[in-house]
Amino acid sequence: MGAGMIVRRTHAARPLEYGRRPWMLAIFAANFLFLYFPIVMLVAFSFNNSRRNVLWEGFTLRNYGLAYDNAALHEAFLNSMIVASGSTLVSTILGSALGMALARFRFPGRAAYESWLHLPIVIPEVCMGIALLAFFALLDLPLGLMTITASHIAFSIPFVAVVVRARMQGFDPALEEASRDLGASDWLTMRRVVLPFAMPGIVTGALFAFTLSIDDFVITFFTSGPGSTTLPLKIYSMVRFSVPPEMNAAATVLIAITVALVLGGIAIQSRLDREARR
Amino acid sequence: METWRKRRTLFLALLAPGTLWLVVFFTLPLVLIALYSVSEQGDAGETILTLTFENYGRAFDWVTLGILWKSFWIASAVTAACLVMGFPLALGIAFAPRPWKTPLLALVALPFWTNLLIRTYAWIAVLRTKGHLNNALEWTHAKGQAAFAALGWPDALGPFVPLELLYNDWAVIIALVHIHLPFMVLPLYAVLEKLDRAHLEASLDLGAGHGRTFRSVIVPLSMPGLATGTVLVFILALGNFVAADLLGGSDSMMIGNLIAQQFGASSDWPYGSALSLLLLYATFLFLWLRALGHRRRGEWAPA
Repeated sequence: MGAGMIVRRTHAARPLEYGRRPWMLAIFAANFLFLYFPIVMLVAFSFNNSRRNVLWEGFTLRNYGLAYDNAALHEAFLNSMIVASGSTLVSTILGSALGMALARFRFPGRAAYESWLHLPIVIPEVCMGIALLAFFALLDLPLGLMTITASHIAFSIPFVAVVVRARMQGFDPALEEASRDLGASDWLTMRRVVLPFAMPGIVTGALFAFTLSIDDFVITFFTSGPGSTTLPLKIYSMVRFSVPPEMNAAATVLIAITVALVLGGIAIQSRLDREARR
Repeated sequence: METWRKRRTLFLALLAPGTLWLVVFFTLPLVLIALYSVSEQGDAGETILTLTFENYGRAFDWVTLGILWKSFWIASAVTAACLVMGFPLALGIAFAPRPWKTPLLALVALPFWTNLLIRTYAWIAVLRTKGHLNNALEWTHAKGQAAFAALGWPDALGPFVPLELLYNDWAVIIALVHIHLPFMVLPLYAVLEKLDRAHLEASLDLGAGHGRTFRSVIVPLSMPGLATGTVLVFILALGNFVAADLLGGSDSMMIGNLIAQQFGASSDWPYGSALSLLLLYATFLFLWLRALGHRRRGEWAPA
């Protein structure tokens, strides 16, 4: 709790207000320029009226029309949505249950179990991708939307579990006892007391899972087969082999979807914080 | 927290389905490639478990060692760059006025939510021969040329030669720094935010300058975040194969590319499995080192 928070802006910078020193502002500017310049240029050039897309030649929405009419892109977008919906549904249910169990129960081997649960978050994606490929090949499962979805569920479960567990740590068990003392069955207590409390965590977890799935390239790359190209895979082949003018438009749409999901998640999170402070 | 024995059915109903899914679609596949890594490839391309260590041995021939060394070198350079850029940024956000903190953090985290491929592709547009950077340079060159010409010195700068910025190790490093910077800033911010300001004020009051305070007070106190950020960035950069694939030159192959190649064009699964296992061991080694550091200071941080 430093002096920096309550000081009015008319003061000269105090010793610890690093955030207000000119060199710090220069560092901020340099970092944010580095982080945003490529992305902003990409979005800006999606409105560029030029076939070769090298120089700015005027504003147009034509590229979005081209992207919309591109059947392969359409199919990739649809595949991404199918995979993300399926993966979000299953991983949210399984991950939320895991998160609730972890917040509530003591059991032998708990620390080891938690380390194991965090593994999919920390190991290199390429290792998980090739392992799943080898696994599906051994079982003779045809690679396609099913194998992609199963893999996405696997890497999303730990993320959902972490988010829901953090939420459930604030749950007062007395509420549950009170509900049972008042004659509610276990099922009714779960539905009317526990789930409503967990809901913000579950929704954040679901948004998280959806974003992870729709964005994933590496694991999808290894677990997809013919006819199951997702949007990131399609973008990859577009970048590798040719860069059509609708490329930037497709990328911008994907950015817009993720940013909307993340902002939605932040909004839910801050509402949750406000509730908690009350 | 209650013990699981009290409500076995509920405990199992909550824990078992997710655990089962992860066992089947995460642990079993990893066990499978561990087995493949000690297998041989038969004549028909089938995999035969022979408990050989030959695949691991092949990871230590000169060509592969060169690739491992390059991966290591690139990941180290990326980590160092993230540290140099991320530390002042995290410090600035931690000491910013309160209402600014959340928006600034969101600004740092947002690119992380932008698709990996899109960010890599965005760098192609910036760095290529006719990219944004070279266009800006060409424009500056033309203006400079015109200025010299006005002074009566035509063609003083010579013809414009675009820089070859793409398809080399530097392009890979730039993109990897861009991808992983948030992983350095967020853990650093987490410790700097909780840092007791009184320590810094004491240091400044006792006559240490800002440089000395940074070196002797801020850096040692932010070690946990520093270690977490460093390890995260290093292992993520080490395992990345998209950046080298799209932005690297013909000699920019990293271990991730080599692994992907064994499961693609080269179709040598036992060798690819052995390389994956080596990458996993390296990852575990760094995570373990970080955990060790935390334990020594009596702290604990979730993975």
